[in-house]
Amino acid sequence: MRSPSVGHSSPRVEDHALLRGRGQFVDDIQIPGTLHLAFVRSPHAHARIASIDTMAAQSLSGVVHVWTIDDLPRGLQDHPIPLVHPNPAIKQGFLPYVLAKGEVHYVGEPIVVVVADSRARAEDAAELVLIDYEVLPAISDCKDAIEEGAVLCHTQASSNIAARVPFSYGNTAQAFDDAHLVVKESFFQHRGGSFFMECRAGLAQYDSHLDQYTVHLGTQVPHQMKRFYMDMLELGDQQIRVIAPDVGGGFGSKAPFYAEYALLPLLAKATGKPVKWIEDRFENFTSTFQERDQYWDMELALDVNGMILGVQGRLLHDSGAYLPRGLIVQWISATTVPGPYVVPAFQMEMISVLTNRVPTSAVRGAGRPQAIFAMERLLDRAAQSLGIDRAEIRRRNFIQPEQMPYKVGLIYRDGKPVTYDSGDYPGSQDMALKHIDYESFKIEQAKALASGRHIGIGLANYVEGTGLGPYEAVTIRISTTGRVFLYTGAAPQGQSHHTTLAQIAADQLGIDPALITVVTGDTAAVAMGVGTFAARTAVNAGSSAHLAALAVREKIIKIAAAMMEVPEEDLELEDGFVFVRGAKELRKSFREVAIIAGGVPGFSLPDGVSAGLEHLSTFSPKQSTYSNGTHAAIVEVDIETGHVKILRYVVVHDCGRVINPKIVHGQVIGGVAHGIGNAFYEHMRYDRQGQPLTTHFGDYLLPMASDMPPIEVLHMTSLSPLNPLGIKGAGEGGTLPAAATLISAVEDALRPYGVKINESPLSPMKVVSLLGVHALGKSHLPRVQAQEPVL
Amino acid sequence: MNTNQTLSLTVNGVEYTREVPARMNLVDFLRNELHLTGSHVGCEHGVCGACTVLVDGLSVRGCLMFALQAQDCHVTTIEGLADKDGALSPLQAAFHDQHGLQCGFCTPGMLMTLQELLNEGITPTEDELRERLSGNLCRCTGYEGIVKAALQVLQSQSNAESAP
Repeated sequence: MRSPSVGHSSPRVEDHALLRGRGQFVDDIQIPGTLHLAFVRSPHAHARIASIDTMAAQSLSGVVHVWTIDDLPRGLQDHPIPLVHPNPAIKQGFLPYVLAKGEVHYVGEPIVVVVADSRARAEDAAELVLIDYEVLPAISDCKDAIEEGAVLCHTQASSNIAARVPFSYGNTAQAFDDAHLVVKESFFQHRGGSFFMECRAGLAQYDSHLDQYTVHLGTQVPHQMKRFYMDMLELGDQQIRVIAPDVGGGFGSKAPFYAEYALLPLLAKATGKPVKWIEDRFENFTSTFQERDQYWDMELALDVNGMILGVQGRLLHDSGAYLPRGLIVQWISATTVPGPYVVPAFQMEMISVLTNRVPTSAVRGAGRPQAIFAMERLLDRAAQSLGIDRAEIRRRNFIQPEQMPYKVGLIYRDGKPVTYDSGDYPGSQDMALKHIDYESFKIEQAKALASGRHIGIGLANYVEGTGLGPYEAVTIRISTTGRVFLYTGAAPQGQSHHTTLAQIAADQLGIDPALITVVTGDTAAVAMGVGTFAARTAVNAGSSAHLAALAVREKIIKIAAAMMEVPEEDLELEDGFVFVRGAKELRKSFREVAIIAGGVPGFSLPDGVSAGLEHLSTFSPKQSTYSNGTHAAIVEVDIETGHVKILRYVVVHDCGRVINPKIVHGQVIGGVAHGIGNAFYEHMRYDRQGQPLTTHFGDYLLPMASDMPPIEVLHMTSLSPLNPLGIKGAGEGGTLPAAATLISAVEDALRPYGVKINESPLSPMKVVSLLGVHALGKSHLPRVQAQEPVL
Repeated sequence: MNTNQTLSLTVNGVEYTREVPARMNLVDFLRNELHLTGSHVGCEHGVCGACTVLVDGLSVRGCLMFALQAQDCHVTTIEGLADKDGALSPLQAAFHDQHGLQCGFCTPGMLMTLQELLNEGITPTEDELRERLSGNLCRCTGYEGIVKAALQVLQSQSNAESAP
């Protein structure tokens, strides 16, 4: 028998084309005669459009069309892009039109589209479009936006509050009355955007003979995109095929349906030619959805022993100008607060606020890092006030493994009660602290301080809802040539679906995973699908792959038993054959079985066998499954420059069964890098008029190779009882507690100066300003220069 | 700016002569005129490094150099790294071994930046290597696999040199 592939670092099948420069990202698909789009976008955060003159643009050589909203089909003039996740709590759910209708609400909002024979010429023409704006006052910061008499984001709005949602359980009033200590803090948290390396991209073709569209999109969710197209363009199922080819990162912001996408098939039909749009980086900074700002006002009630009695607070979430993605991120934020701790009473108000900025949606972590930051910072403060060690206060409050499954008391975004399915939270923290040698750090720290070095340690725990339903479709088909195919709606953007799903299926089929051709991201390959987000693929598609492979295996055995006239229980599968146990020469190949299953004209199928050697599985998890972990880090702060150097970074990560350790390791490390960006570098800034100030990678800093410390990753394995392989999601955990951990460590390093840090990201400038006079002349070390962006 | 001029250059050992507009940059020329789509366009302002190619052996941002500036130059792109028979170069193979790529979009630039380093024949420390890579952004990997891959090749290169 072959040894199982699941659990081993099977080599990535994705690498071969990508390493040779033969990837097929949307812009790598080059069809002669393709036309290119460029957009005229609002330069104002809020304005009324008085008039648009496209004459000069139209007359430029090479320009085919210049469209405003008036040129769109009636339905798209009358209706905005539909909301994906309706929620009755949304009171002012403004949605964007495909092209601006009368009023623009953020810098970057598309107003006019130009289609020309090259991108350069389309941009030339876009510059010739004359738009007369009546500039309106804009509201930029979500805290200002809820003030009495604030400027309105939309002239038709009654206020800037899009939704106000209460979350509560238990008796918080009692908890705060009984408290020995109440810790009260306000936090500002900012998460920038996804900033994948491949900007958004689309290519549409229209076949007039078949009246069919094919749209290549750099998307996380091709099947959802297809549904949008069917609704918006009133198309039949067979008229539209969406393909996500190689996609250069997604991280959440390639899940929405964007206005630009709607125009591609329309213009392909109108021009009779392939039409391509490749977002440039300026557009990416000003029109791809971000996650951005949250303000948290929080209170934690504790008894004399540091046991949590209750949490209460308010969360302001910057929704931007529209709510095309509903309340997903902010909902996840609110429900992630309790984390791995027993919180007997909880009350939060979440306010989703309209601002004249780019709309917001999920970015890797999706509101969870902020919730973890808030809770972990409160615990640090409580520990300090009570004179308890930071690790000890957490230890006293952990949910214990024997309390699983544990009902928190809140409703998650999947509409189900937040119920942790498995995990050893105290064990996770113990493992991290032991590995980083937490106990002896204080001695090291004192020694360092004596020689003028400021080092600090930080830790944070998290629980992450993953594996969100409803399902993911996987079809496994053995063709009559004997080749094995796996088709799925889960579309990857670097997560290695081709490798891991093949590993899962291979174990049931008894073959080398490399022999399975995995087809992702094509709506023509599998009829149903959901897509890749919310760390859901391994759980949903992985379980479906497992169940589909099991079903195909059973079918092979059933047919082969009939073919060879042997009992089913005597048959085994290995290397593409089904054979009689102990008599390997009595065998049939997958090809022979597939031909019988495919049907031989004139002959009936064996009893109880449906046609085709294939099976479609749509495993639907009963609820989300909860991953968990602990991060611990040691940093050194240069108090004169404010530069923070990460000396050690330890991750304990529990995502249930690990399918491919190397790939999970890669997901964790990449996630931590994103978290380090959120802790120290990434800030999408706007001025008070809603003008974006960081619109290129010189101003908006992503972590570089030289910013990344070595990451030490340890694993725990608490299997999920909610799916057949015990899998939990692994794509986002690395990001979640990183900012909380690092800021805690910086604060610890600066403890001699009593510095309190209530925000992230934390710039060197901010460190210096928090230190005030202490920053000057106290360092005994040769200076470490703060790293400035290199341009 | 739309006036075409004649450009002659060698890319991955093949000579090309094309009429190109003065304003066309090198990476657009490689991708759209020669259909060598391996080099990617990530930011168009010279920060992300996805478009990095070698021009006469030196790394260049394909988005910041006009195609016409490459007149008579020898350009190497990711398509020129593997052997003629298709075998991966040591650097490409190390990226595969060390999980040095996830989505693969930044990979062409990473490979070319590191290939330049390998061609120099020096063995940097890990810190120096990371500094060298700081002009190439990757959003997926956290750079660990990339750095490990580079160290693996540098190590075997220096072993080979020190062998008797």
